[in-house]
Amino acid sequence: MKVSTMEKYILLKNKLPEWINMITPTYTIFAPVKEEDLVFFKPITKPSEMTLAYSNAIVPPKAQMFHQTETMFTFTQGKNIRVNPASLPDEKIVVFGIRPCDAKSLSIIDPVFTNDFEDPYYLTKRKNAILVGLSCNQPTVNCFCTSLNGSPASPEHLDILLTDIGDKYYVELNSEKGKQLVEKTKKLFTPATDADSKKKKDVEKKAVDAITRQMKINNVDAFVKKLDTIFDAPYWKTIAMKCLGCGACTYLCPTCHCFDIQDETTLDKGARIRVWDSCMRPEYTLHASGHNPRPERMNRVRNRVYHKYNYYPKNHQMIACVGCGRCIDNCPVNIDIIDVITKAGEVKP
Amino acid sequence: MKENPYQPWLATIDSICDEVGGQRAIKTFRLVFQDEKVREKFTFLPGQCVMVSLFGKGECFFAISSSPTQKGFIEVSVLKLGKVTSALHECEPGDVVGVRGPYGNHFDVSGWMGKNLVLIGGGIGQAPLRSLIKYVVDNRKQYGKLDIIYGARTSKDLCYTKDFAELKTCEDTNACLSIDVKEDGWSDFVGFVPDNLMRVNPSPKNAIAVTCGPPIMIKYVIQNLGKLGFSEDQIFTTLEMRMKCGIGKCGRCNIGNLYVCKDGPVFSYKQLQNIKGEQ
Ligand code: SF4
Ligand code: SF4
Ligand code: FES
Repeated sequence: MKVSTMEKYILLKNKLPEWINMITPTYTIFAPVKEEDLVFFKPITKPSEMTLAYSNAIVPPKAQMFHQTETMFTFTQGKNIRVNPASLPDEKIVVFGIRPCDAKSLSIIDPVFTNDFEDPYYLTKRKNAILVGLSCNQPTVNCFCTSLNGSPASPEHLDILLTDIGDKYYVELNSEKGKQLVEKTKKLFTPATDADSKKKKDVEKKAVDAITRQMKINNVDAFVKKLDTIFDAPYWKTIAMKCLGCGACTYLCPTCHCFDIQDETTLDKGARIRVWDSCMRPEYTLHASGHNPRPERMNRVRNRVYHKYNYYPKNHQMIACVGCGRCIDNCPVNIDIIDVITKAGEVKP
Repeated sequence: MKENPYQPWLATIDSICDEVGGQRAIKTFRLVFQDEKVREKFTFLPGQCVMVSLFGKGECFFAISSSPTQKGFIEVSVLKLGKVTSALHECEPGDVVGVRGPYGNHFDVSGWMGKNLVLIGGGIGQAPLRSLIKYVVDNRKQYGKLDIIYGARTSKDLCYTKDFAELKTCEDTNACLSIDVKEDGWSDFVGFVPDNLMRVNPSPKNAIAVTCGPPIMIKYVIQNLGKLGFSEDQIFTTLEMRMKCGIGKCGRCNIGNLYVCKDGPVFSYKQLQNIKGEQ
């Protein structure tokens, strides 16, 4: 719906540094930065620090809203206990070059952090962030966003989407926030022509065609129900057999939102900290009594899969996977979510 | 932005009751919020929980074991088990803890008005039932018959003995205690809680049964309730899980798609039959 009224512009490639420079004083800019062979989202001070020739960042940019470790508040211990709220950052940020799948992952986890009790840490950063996406012209071998209603060049879930169409970027403004950002720097942009729009379509089609892997879920509702019937199938034990429980698949997943809460203390001061956690770890669900509801790897692997493809759709009417392929790329024993799901569809109840 | 849901209010330990001693000691802590405004606005219903902090040690999730009809304080009963609960057991009156909540759902005290209640507990599992019992006793006319069945391994392992001494004197309440093995001077039932339930033999007619306690006890209590003619939607229980956030975000307390901290801890047996997930 939004797409028809969306404003479209052109930004010449050689104007991109100027644009970044113009917005740098107002925003903290997180952009893909290359470190050895990996790419991370990092704050940059000048455009030359970033790299836009990248497939995807190893750590998803959800880390910019949901920090890997974060102080929730500090306190003084002893006789005179006081709790001091952590100051919530009010800095405005731009996540530059975020991929459409990663932007979608934020829309997916938003309800977890808003439901019933608002999570101030995530929501302040989320509200202060402008997502400037970059279409994937070259999806990776394990990308499968198209199996989950995504597209390598979808502006949905983004404020602005840039698509590389040769010597220029095709710029789609998809929100008020996006419009405002461009408005302030309007002189760098020119309206897009029909020819530009067609070029974008061509680039998108080429990218879609370059996605070779496909997860077979024809009908989400039917698949959710199907999983209900095979919860106790031996299948889960078979696929979990080789899992090492390292947690890479969950730490690097853009839709994983689990965390642990810990107190860190010195003699009289302390802080309550939250850190990313992983349901692939046995301690995760271990009761103080020694009972563990998910004692086996099978339980934990199944929980990860069900969380994304059964529980989440039941609670939020969406699959909690965007098809970024990170869990496939980084699993040391090649547990492959595309295969796991596709084959689950064939398991007999 | 609303209040920070992770930031606890300060509460002073007003008094501590030693319920059970020994290896698996249980103490009940009466907590009073320091801020008068919080004291007034903190309202809850039986079955709901709070997250209690010991600053520097961490947090633990407890069922509130006092009743909303008791004003000015809340109570939690703590079994000494892990790091935080052990540290709590070292606390003394006057010490300060953090409290946030109330969390989770509650017993349907308004929907159950006019019904006969059969409340079956074991060990520390009695904590949420204690809240419900006190609530029902304080609103006695609103409810029908009240059968309370509670047991522990030995007489020394029974919690809330003072409450039970009083309950036994109430004419309209049938409080039945049990211990697993015979002891000198014990005049109540000897045997397991599910057996005591069969002895009491409550009628399922217009009744609700609630059972809280160790999983193995719950299993046999539910079986026996079935034998007595209770249907799946007349039986309720509370579940426990490891918790961190208490508000449905940190992910760890799920059973299937339900979060015990937010969608529980109270579930009907019927609901539990339909959840696919590890407990
Ligand atoms: S489950 Fe795997 S493919 Fe899906 S969003 Fe998470 S990391 Fe990406
Ligand atoms: S990355 Fe692979 S081995 Fe590691 S926990 Fe995930 S599935 Fe198991
Ligand atoms: S305790 Fe965090 S989701 Fe329930």
